Amino acid sequence: MATIESTRTGEQSVVGGSDPNITAHAKATGQTVYADDLHLPRMLIGKLLRSPSRHARILRVDVGRAAALPGVHGILTGEDLPILFGIMPVAQDEHALALEKVRYHGEPVAAVAAIDEETAEEAVRLIEVEYEELAPVSSIEDALDPELPLIAGNGPGRQVNRLGSLEFGDVANGFARADHTYEDLFFFEGNTHLPMEEHAAVAHWEPEPRGRVTVWSSTQVPHYLHRTLAKVLELPPDRIRVIATPVGGGFGGKSDPFSHELCAARLAMMTGRPVKFALTREEVFYAHRGRHPVLMRVQTGFTDDGELTAMAFRTMLDGGAFGSYGPATLYYTGALQTVTYDVPVYKFEGVRLLTNKPPCGPKRGHGTPQPRFALECQLDKVAVDLGLDPVDLRLKNLIEPYTMTVNHMRVTTCGLRECVETVAEASGWREKWGKLPRGRGVGFAVGAYMCGAGLPIYFNDMAQSEVQIKVDRGGGVTVYSMAIDIGQGSDQMLVTVVAEVLGLRPRDIALVAADTDLTPIDLGSYSSRVTFMAGNAALEAAARMRDKIFAAVSADLGVPVERLVARGGRVYDEEAPGVGMDWQEAVHVASVLERPLVTAGSYRAPKLAGPYKGAGVGPSPAYSYTAAVVEVDCDPETGLVEVERVWIAHDIGRPINLVSVEGQIVGSVYMALGEALYEEQAFRGGYLKNPTILEYRSPTFLEMPEVETFLVETDDPEGPFGAKEVGQGPLLPVIPAVANAVFDAVGVRIDEVPISPDKVVRALRLKEQGKEPRVGPKRMPDFDYGEPIRVEPPEQLPGRGVVGL
Amino acid sequence: MKQLVTLHVNGEDMELAVAPHHTLLEVLREEAGLTGTKHGCELGECGLCTVIVDGLPQFSCLTLAVEAQGRAIRTVEGIARGGALHPLQQAYVETGASQCGYCSPGMLMSALALLESNEAPTRDEVREALAGNLCRCTGYLAIIDAVELAAARMRSAA
Repeated sequence: MATIESTRTGEQSVVGGSDPNITAHAKATGQTVYADDLHLPRMLIGKLLRSPSRHARILRVDVGRAAALPGVHGILTGEDLPILFGIMPVAQDEHALALEKVRYHGEPVAAVAAIDEETAEEAVRLIEVEYEELAPVSSIEDALDPELPLIAGNGPGRQVNRLGSLEFGDVANGFARADHTYEDLFFFEGNTHLPMEEHAAVAHWEPEPRGRVTVWSSTQVPHYLHRTLAKVLELPPDRIRVIATPVGGGFGGKSDPFSHELCAARLAMMTGRPVKFALTREEVFYAHRGRHPVLMRVQTGFTDDGELTAMAFRTMLDGGAFGSYGPATLYYTGALQTVTYDVPVYKFEGVRLLTNKPPCGPKRGHGTPQPRFALECQLDKVAVDLGLDPVDLRLKNLIEPYTMTVNHMRVTTCGLRECVETVAEASGWREKWGKLPRGRGVGFAVGAYMCGAGLPIYFNDMAQSEVQIKVDRGGGVTVYSMAIDIGQGSDQMLVTVVAEVLGLRPRDIALVAADTDLTPIDLGSYSSRVTFMAGNAALEAAARMRDKIFAAVSADLGVPVERLVARGGRVYDEEAPGVGMDWQEAVHVASVLERPLVTAGSYRAPKLAGPYKGAGVGPSPAYSYTAAVVEVDCDPETGLVEVERVWIAHDIGRPINLVSVEGQIVGSVYMALGEALYEEQAFRGGYLKNPTILEYRSPTFLEMPEVETFLVETDDPEGPFGAKEVGQGPLLPVIPAVANAVFDAVGVRIDEVPISPDKVVRALRLKEQGKEPRVGPKRMPDFDYGEPIRVEPPEQLPGRGVVGL
Repeated sequence: MKQLVTLHVNGEDMELAVAPHHTLLEVLREEAGLTGTKHGCELGECGLCTVIVDGLPQFSCLTLAVEAQGRAIRTVEGIARGGALHPLQQAYVETGASQCGYCSPGMLMSALALLESNEAPTRDEVREALAGNLCRCTGYLAIIDAVELAAARMRSAA
């Protein structure tokens, strides 16, 4: 049984409580309407033709036979949607349907709308495409082969999509100061989100009065989809409405604009009928945008007594066929190492390479689980080498609260030390580490994550989130926000924040969410930004509404505004609680004096980016912190690793809703265990080997251990009611903690995930043979990262300065 | 060529014209308007489409609608008693057993079938019974909590 221990401040009524989620009743009765549940009159069904080739020129596309099939109403090929798009302004490299070339097996090439699914499938089969095969680029090694044909371009060459090289302070000097230097290589295999809901979209075209298209979609980013539709369809944004339906699991996998969304809209415009696309499970594997495979080299320097003197990180990312979020992912593999430890000097070199595979993108933790795995595994080795307890090595080097890091990240609240001490105590770490019988082990690691990316994806100075509140004269409160609930609990967060301020219950608040016609901007459910950003916007809007109500009640009762409180459905005099009125009466009074009863609030993160190229990735208004201990049972005969229990402590700032918070922590642990032990996108020569749920092995009920969760409350001064993120951070320490536990159990290092039984057995055989008991990458391919951009560390040195807010 | 079939769903007879090769999942969602049951892998691998047929949990994606004639079919829409949630649904709401909610309809049907055959399942028995239903959000523990809570309440109410 999971346990959460938390304290409320005592001043709050619903924030920090365990109110049932406002969406839960509909979900438990099958009433929630997801995108694939929509049905419109005369609706056509869309299907995509996908490339059978990994890398080829398209010589000819003939849709004649398909168009002649009765029941087919529309067909699109690449030439019908020729405008390039991409989620990032610097990576506009995708077509809705392949033009001239295909870059991966499974890439959409043509689209059909027909009266039913079977007719659409038949039409797709009748489309004839002639390809001229090109040599496929299937791996990091291939991508560095100058003889292979360029994926993005003509002729042969190396497939460099993005390159970064940064040096903060004098790294050579830092290593010179060390008594011990360490260098290790790690590999993190790619994996995918596997949301239970396959992506789906429905589009509807209204030709009159001015020609408008509405797109319902299971998207995490209705705003960015809106922008992309405008660009690709060449329609002004005011003629497009995007409605994000409740998302049946995202984890980052529904954060890009997708072919099926653009094709649904274009086909609805072409045919004059609604069109639905619902991807099959296999197609979701090709849509992908999942975890990048990353090859890493970690170098650190330490003094004899375990003080970190320097760190250098080198990464190579296998990006798949397109840019997607890749330019950001690249920098995320180097950005957040410094927010957990006092790193005096730091160097980061990274390159993202294109390959002929489904495009990688953001998955829970976006680019940070891979380097976190590498760093925390190396620190475990360092501790053993220096004769220190791994927990003590961390405690010695932890960052202090209110610090500027060497790479210009502003750290404010930080409860990492308490997280570390909590899990060490609860797990019995001191009695277990190095002391359990062979086959049994414990592992430890920490992590940190952003409470929202400090910068929007496209450059602008507008709000990152806005919220409106309208109070009906009958007392009803409606909140309008474009934030989209992907299961992380954003709806509950919004109504809880507003209810708290207005003295109501979360279930009293109506919410209109994620509709570009009806709701003000929110950039989307990514980078763990919604609680911090939409929550703060809601807090501001609610406070302004409370002020309006209080002004009217104050005038009516003759009680000074500053003595009024809103609580329990009443507005009353704090000094004489009998003097007051119920909410409905207060609204009535306010509807006379404070017209209209409409307010708005907004949030924009403070400007935090450091003075260098690449500095836009990593800054956040706050960071969450997590520490975890994992206990495993590892069978030395079979190599099978079973996780017995996980202890995890998370610096939440303050919880808004305890059920949601615990759900995010346990869900993160689950997803991390899947990545640590089982999940991988396995390719054979560029063909995905396992595009089914059975073959893509994810944990079931039988593999999921019990989890003990602990909250550390640091009451962040900038978070809404002190809250920080919880959706992604708790994933980070669990993966390396598993690897470290395997070492404690059987004495071998598995320096790549997933830690499958064959790797454990192989390492144990090496050990028996007296060789290095390790399985992992043996070399980093040669690559010139160029001269680094040299960046002066901030004036306040890590761990020594205190930043102001 | 479609044929008329009568399906007995959630206590009601439904006369539907169905293609003989269409699955129970397709017919429930597209012909009967019962979209609570979710479409998943269509290979019997994920459990999203689980319904109860004659008391046993069954993948509706692997069942032809014509095979389901004359059998008692129950879906997520049929669990609540009138306007009141079934204790299992109520426990689901309280423990946070749904996050995105997409697995919930199928998961609830597997859990309901378990509770109807075992009024006091252990946590391991819950794990075993639900192992064919995947969830990517919750890490499963809240679902086990919900089944335990519902079982306890149902026993004390009996």
